[in-house]
Amino acid sequence: MSNDNQFPLWEVFVQAKSGTPYKHAGSVHAADKEMALMNARDLYSRRNEGTAIWVVPASAIVASSPEEIGSFFEPSNDKAYRHPTFYEIPAEVKHI
Amino acid sequence: MENNTVNFENVFNDKIGKNEYIEPKDWMPEKYRKTLIRQISQHAHSEVIGMQPEGNWITRAPSLRRKAILLAKIQDEGGHGLYLYSACETLGISREELIRQLHTGAAKYSSIFNYPALNWADIGAIGWLVDGAAIVNQVSLQRTSYGPYSRAMVRICKEESFHQRQGYELLLELCRGSKEQKAMAQDAMNRWWWPSLMMFGPHDADSAHSADSIKWKIKRETNDELRQKFIDKTVAQAEFLGLTIPDPDLKWNEARGHYDFGKIDWEEFNNVIKGNGPCNKQRLEHHVKVHNENAWVREAANAYAAKKAKAAKGALVA
Amino acid sequence: MSNNSNAALLEFVLRLGDNNLILGHRLSEWCSNGPFLEEDIALSNIALDYLGQTRILYTYAGTLEGGKTEDFYAYERFEHEFTNALITELPNGDYAHSIARQLYYSVFADLLLTELMKSKDATLSGYAAKAIKETAYHLRHATDWTLRLGDGTEESHQRMQKAIDDLFMYTGDMFATTEKEKSLVAAGIAPDVPALKAAWTKKVESVLKEATLTMPDAATWQMQGSRTNRHTEHIGYIIAEMQYVTRAYPGNKW
Repeated sequence: MSNDNQFPLWEVFVQAKSGTPYKHAGSVHAADKEMALMNARDLYSRRNEGTAIWVVPASAIVASSPEEIGSFFEPSNDKAYRHPTFYEIPAEVKHI
Repeated sequence: MENNTVNFENVFNDKIGKNEYIEPKDWMPEKYRKTLIRQISQHAHSEVIGMQPEGNWITRAPSLRRKAILLAKIQDEGGHGLYLYSACETLGISREELIRQLHTGAAKYSSIFNYPALNWADIGAIGWLVDGAAIVNQVSLQRTSYGPYSRAMVRICKEESFHQRQGYELLLELCRGSKEQKAMAQDAMNRWWWPSLMMFGPHDADSAHSADSIKWKIKRETNDELRQKFIDKTVAQAEFLGLTIPDPDLKWNEARGHYDFGKIDWEEFNNVIKGNGPCNKQRLEHHVKVHNENAWVREAANAYAAKKAKAAKGALVA
Repeated sequence: MSNNSNAALLEFVLRLGDNNLILGHRLSEWCSNGPFLEEDIALSNIALDYLGQTRILYTYAGTLEGGKTEDFYAYERFEHEFTNALITELPNGDYAHSIARQLYYSVFADLLLTELMKSKDATLSGYAAKAIKETAYHLRHATDWTLRLGDGTEESHQRMQKAIDDLFMYTGDMFATTEKEKSLVAAGIAPDVPALKAAWTKKVESVLKEATLTMPDAATWQMQGSRTNRHTEHIGYIIAEMQYVTRAYPGNKW
């Protein structure tokens, strides 16, 4: 049914204030990128939630799949040396 | 293959057991998916259809402040509908299909919105009682096991808290006002109290979907538990307003630590669900009519987007 | 400030306020009637902006008159006391008509507010600085939709052209002025509204051209009346609806 078309899905990322990371806020439907941006603004910043918005066609997002959870994320489990708390620094050493 | 499936089911059950969230790409039992689609879409449709009874008072709101509040509130309901449609779409069903199900009657919405908003105090009663009942349910649903649904609920609860407060404040103004204003408030109370209790659904023993929903932690508390919670917190609020709750059997039960209340008219409830409420046809027909009358707008936006995309591609090739 | 200039300022402030109130009222009628949910929300947002601007302006009017409330102006005046431009009170029509009105009005408001930011009246220049941000967004919304409908399908093109044509005869009335207002222009308080017409025509023309639409003939007869208490019949219904509760139960707080 052509009159049932609700437009493609877009994912919305909002930056709460400058300097902070963009966070996924939710989705909107829109026919084009301008509409997506305006719909996202109207929907996800009604209460001053953001200063900047990204919209991305949902179809353009590539996601890892749960089956890959092992090969994707477990290898980093044993790399504790990537975390600063791995290293012991004498208490007298400051500003490090 | 078989082994894999068994594994996935174990992983799923394990997650539910540990109160972890299920995410869209995770394996889930088909019935879990179906139950979620039914519940989330019903929730989404309720937000959207719920815009109508309140929407009919925007142009008649008796002060500019109230008008702005009401318009902002109804706009929020639309937004909440959108959050929920999006959550539902992560389960692999399109918005088009969700709307089609609403229009064909395959999907339901909350029976409460099939009651009319007759006087200005109804706007207060909808905020205080209807949103109040919804909030009790939604607060509980913040811990629902499906991640996108839970996230939508967290956002909705944050925004919804002003809805109930504005309704209560509106009624407070009326109850402190003239005799006519107070009568208006009592009239609204009389009409909205019982339908608000019905919003929690049938008693647990009679609820077709409850057991699975609780097992899978889609619902975290039962219909009766939530209903009792709502009654317990609302009685004192009504007393403060000086309004009488239209239930002669309502009284505090010291032993239970809860209010006892009268019998809910389930015949009325079932009839409203079946389509015989005062506004069922009106609400649905309105949605269908608006949807169809504006199809040309959506078609135009699509055609324009396609033209622009083609032009951009052409420019790239050249 | 003398009594005369105070009356002139009040008249001008109410003109701006009435435009916002009545157009906001019309747009709010789209709530739960929008072409799709996202757009329903967008239209309510714009209606809320107009309502917010109305309240700033009516509150200012109240201080000019010494103690009247914002609600007095919305709820206790009669039809003939409203001075909104005729185009704001016309029924919404189809979506194309509402967008055409938004385009015509937003281009006008954008030009008006740009000038009003220079006003020697600090309240008005402050109001304009806030309102122009909202109006810039309204203009963007109206422009985008004019392009989509004008350059969309055959049907949308025809509907949009018809809306542009139907409403054009009401656009001249937006620029109507009064003797009192002219005194404010001389004092650097109000912009010279009729002088905005040329820039308005140029801007509207360029949007319509991009949208593959035809600008109506400049010689089209223009309906006037908003500054001389000659409204269309539509205002009566708007006021009756808006004031029903407060008139039925007078003297109450809500």
